[in-house]
This record gives sequence, C-alpha cells and structure tokens, in this order.
Amino acid sequence: MDWIQIGSAILLGAMLLFIFPGMRHAVKNAPKGSSKDWLNYLMIMVVVGLFILFLIQMV
Amino acid sequence: MNQNYSVATHTSTSTLATNKLIRNTYTLLSMTLLFSAGTAAVGVMMNLSQGMALGATVVAIVMLWFVLPRTANSAMGIPVIFGITGLLGLGLGPVLNYYLAVNPSIVMTALGGTGAIFLGLSAYALTTRKDFSFMAGFLMVGLFVVIGASLLNIFLNIPVLSLAVSAAVIMIMSGFILFQTSSMVNGGETNYIMATAGLFLSIVNMFQALLHILGAFNSND
Repeated sequence: MDWIQIGSAILLGAMLLFIFPGMRHAVKNAPKGSSKDWLNYLMIMVVVGLFILFLIQMV
Repeated sequence: MNQNYSVATHTSTSTLATNKLIRNTYTLLSMTLLFSAGTAAVGVMMNLSQGMALGATVVAIVMLWFVLPRTANSAMGIPVIFGITGLLGLGLGPVLNYYLAVNPSIVMTALGGTGAIFLGLSAYALTTRKDFSFMAGFLMVGLFVVIGASLLNIFLNIPVLSLAVSAAVIMIMSGFILFQTSSMVNGGETNYIMATAGLFLSIVNMFQALLHILGAFNSND
C-alpha cells in the first residue's frame, strides 16, 4: 500500500466522521416522503440509468 | 382587501427573491465550472502527479468544510468558492490524463452525459416545483455508505465493488441535484454561494463516477 492510498483512506475516513452528525440529523428530522414521492424518484433514476446505458453504447 | 394586497405583495416578493437566488446560483455555477475546467486543463498539461492532485483535493475539502460556511454570507465567499472549485478541478488532472490516454471519447462522453443529466434533473425540479426534501435522510445515508464502501475498497481492491460504488454515486448525486434545486425553489436554501457549492460537488462527483463506468465498459479494451 503506497502513501497515496493511505492519504486517500485518511481523507475518506475524515469525511465519514464529518458527515456522520449531519446524517443523523437528516434521518431524524427530514420530512417523510409518500410512496408516490419515492416512485417518482425511482422513475427518474430509471431514466438516468437508461441514459447511462446509452452513453456506454456510444463509447 | 388590505390583507389580500399584503399577501399578494409578500408572495411576489418571495418569488422575486427565489428567482434572484436561482439566477445568482446558476450564474456562479457556470463561472465556477468554467474556472474548474481551466484548472483541470492546467492539471492535464502539467501532468500533475497523484500526490499533488490528492493534496489539492484535501485543501479544497478543508476550505469547503471550515472556510466556506464562515464566508458564505460575505463578499469573501466568492473567492473562496472559486478557490475550492479551482483546486477540485486541478485535482482531476491525473484522472483525466489516464482516461485521455485510454480513449479521449470517454472524457467527452462523460462530460456531455453529466451536463445532460444535470440539465434534465434541474429542469425537472425547476418546472415541477416538487419538494424533494423528503430525500435528505436517504441521500445522507447513501453518501455515508458510498464513502464507507470506497474506503473499504482501498484495502480490498475489488473492481466490481468499485463499479457498484460509481453507479451508486451517480444515483445519489442525481438525488442531490433534485434535492438542492428544490431547496432553492421551495425556500430551504437561501444562500446562492452554498447552493453553488452543493450543485458543483454533485456535478464533479457524478462526472468522476461516469468516467469510471464508461472507462470500465470501454469498447476499445
């Protein structure tokens, strides 16, 4: 393992520590979405996924 | 009647404020993206080492966490956001050099694809004015899991896991674009510098993930 990997691991570890409180706060306090909201998001992700498949074909 | 007039005035004032926020955010975002592209080009031409790129990224993240929140409400926030985006662009140098050597069309396709996804998602959030604040918890947990998986994969070095992480990053960053854009529209975000920072990070992370996926499926291999 070289020092670039060690440095990257330290950076990612620090990021985990930094976002953990924000994550807990968001999980606790964010408004709850309805099934319709989540279905809407899922449909958008399906479209994004299909677009990425199209991009893969182009390369 | 007076009450109706004051409600109408208040509504038009908040609509004006929202429109101003959106205009300022997208203006600053386009400027920072151009600046970042310039510094990325410098990183490519200088053949920046991975160590220097990592250093630039670390400095950018430190500025993002500790300097930007303190300066976002003042004029100093503008040079700070340009500093952050410039350093993040510089940090892309070695990655871009690698993919340009493999197949230059990967970089152009990833760039175009990221732009198209961003514009499509933003247009959807702006025109429908849907509230995506319900996604906050899911996105933060997803981000946490993705960073954790990336950290783990530094030690495990599993290519399939790396691809799965990139796919998850694209999904989560798409969610963040919807969330942040709807926050501007619905009043959750009122600072255009912070909004720009959030959108910029979503775009850059999505671009890198897309580069990785397209590179893995490159037909010239």
